[in-house]
Amino acid sequence: MSVTRTTELRRLADGGRGRVALGVLGALVAVLAWSAVSGSSENIYFPSLLEILERTAAYWPTPEGVDNLTASLRTLGAGLGLAVLVGVAAGLLIGQVPVVAQTVSPALEFVRAIPATALVPFAMMLFGVGDEMKVFLIALGCVWPILLNTADGARGLDATLLDTARVFHVTGLRRALGVVVPAVLPRVLVGVRIAVPLSLILMVTSEMVGAQRGLGYVITQAQATFQLLTMWSGIVVLGVLGFLLTTAYSALERLLLRWCDPKRVSS
Amino acid sequence: MLLITDLEKTYPGPNGGFTAVRGMSFAVQDGEMFTIVGPSGAGKTTLLRCIAGLSAPTAGTISIDGVPIDGPPREFAVVFQDYARSLMPWMSVARNVELPLVKHGSDARSRRRAVEQALAEVGLADAAHKKPFQLSGGMQQRVAIARAIAYRPKVLIMDEPFASVDAQTRADLEDLLLKVREETGTTIVFVTHDVDESVYLSDRVAIVTRSPSRIDRIVSIPLPHPRDQIVTKSLPEFAELRAQVFGRIREMVHDAALADA
Repeated sequence: MSVTRTTELRRLADGGRGRVALGVLGALVAVLAWSAVSGSSENIYFPSLLEILERTAAYWPTPEGVDNLTASLRTLGAGLGLAVLVGVAAGLLIGQVPVVAQTVSPALEFVRAIPATALVPFAMMLFGVGDEMKVFLIALGCVWPILLNTADGARGLDATLLDTARVFHVTGLRRALGVVVPAVLPRVLVGVRIAVPLSLILMVTSEMVGAQRGLGYVITQAQATFQLLTMWSGIVVLGVLGFLLTTAYSALERLLLRWCDPKRVSS
Repeated sequence: MLLITDLEKTYPGPNGGFTAVRGMSFAVQDGEMFTIVGPSGAGKTTLLRCIAGLSAPTAGTISIDGVPIDGPPREFAVVFQDYARSLMPWMSVARNVELPLVKHGSDARSRRRAVEQALAEVGLADAAHKKPFQLSGGMQQRVAIARAIAYRPKVLIMDEPFASVDAQTRADLEDLLLKVREETGTTIVFVTHDVDESVYLSDRVAIVTRSPSRIDRIVSIPLPHPRDQIVTKSLPEFAELRAQVFGRIREMVHDAALADA
């Protein structure tokens, strides 16, 4: 390829619109390749993409499909929401009070090292196979990145910023909500960004082991009854859901951090 | 009157810690512009933090009108050197200026008026809705000054406020400070390492020694008001006072170098 061509491509990749165009192009190629390779598939384990998409369109808009999808989203939202609440509150406390940090840090490192999925049997024993068990597991797995990032951010709060609040008598709730929380927000958002894909994994896992509803339930159930097209359609929906969640989260993040100096954020 | 008596501040550490200030005493009169200069490494910032109530002295007392200071006093405002970190980056310029006023016992409308007035005073009336990062460094420091003015402090404490802006902006901000002081009669305690700046701005300049710092001498600056960057700085008296302050600081640095050798 000639030099000018390469620079042109590079310029395209640098621009915002160019990046979107390249991304769409890549995704299209991947989908086309998948459908081309699987198009004439006779293998029942790897059905053709077209058939999977047909099944997706046929199953997921039905009341049963919608019910399963909303059940999953509710669990996900509740678990992630709980993780954010607990993670931010505990993180702020740990980050701002050194005594608390020194006391709980070793224990935290230990508990954090246990994969949340290892607690599935315990959670089932504690809560049965209902929504509480799933919410508990998601929250338990997602709370760590949020908590640790928040604590880190709270520990590193700028001294001049806090001095300013003290000098001008900004105290109590006004200090907490007006100064500390916004100052820590970028770090909280980093923690949540790590937690979002984790929550998806934990949602599916918990639904696979103990549930009568949800995406994970549909996938395992379809596999057990040899409806492999439905199983694959569940996997496709899961992928789309993950993509949408990450995209929506990035947009939310940009919206919340509009006050940041773009130069400082990128550096 | 701001009265500092036998102030001592020691930071804990090995070998008895580090004593930044020892045996420091001076008084600042109401409405006075009082500047503290000294070689780098003198406990100037420590001194200001003690006066502002941000840091508790190890020994000695600081009082304002006879009331001892044991925490940031209501009637003090501080302008920090690091404007980028002292403004809340998520708040608009106007909200930043308004922040200290919310609990100051004023209703929303008079608060808004105070904010508008203070921003107009520093020449930033049009920037009210901008975010700090959209402003230049000099403009950000103007916002910090507007915040301090709107607060209507009895004493304004400034820690090398113009140290990180360019020379032209610095001259503008110095004149802005003189104007504010003229109009409000606020007592100003100002720390700088710039001798020209200290002589140009002040009624009195206090020269402090290297740490453990104490007052070496206080030089009165009887230059006429209003001061002007060109006229005032061309006066023979200005050159004389500048030489006096500068000479004393150089002597101290020289003596210290001899003592260290």
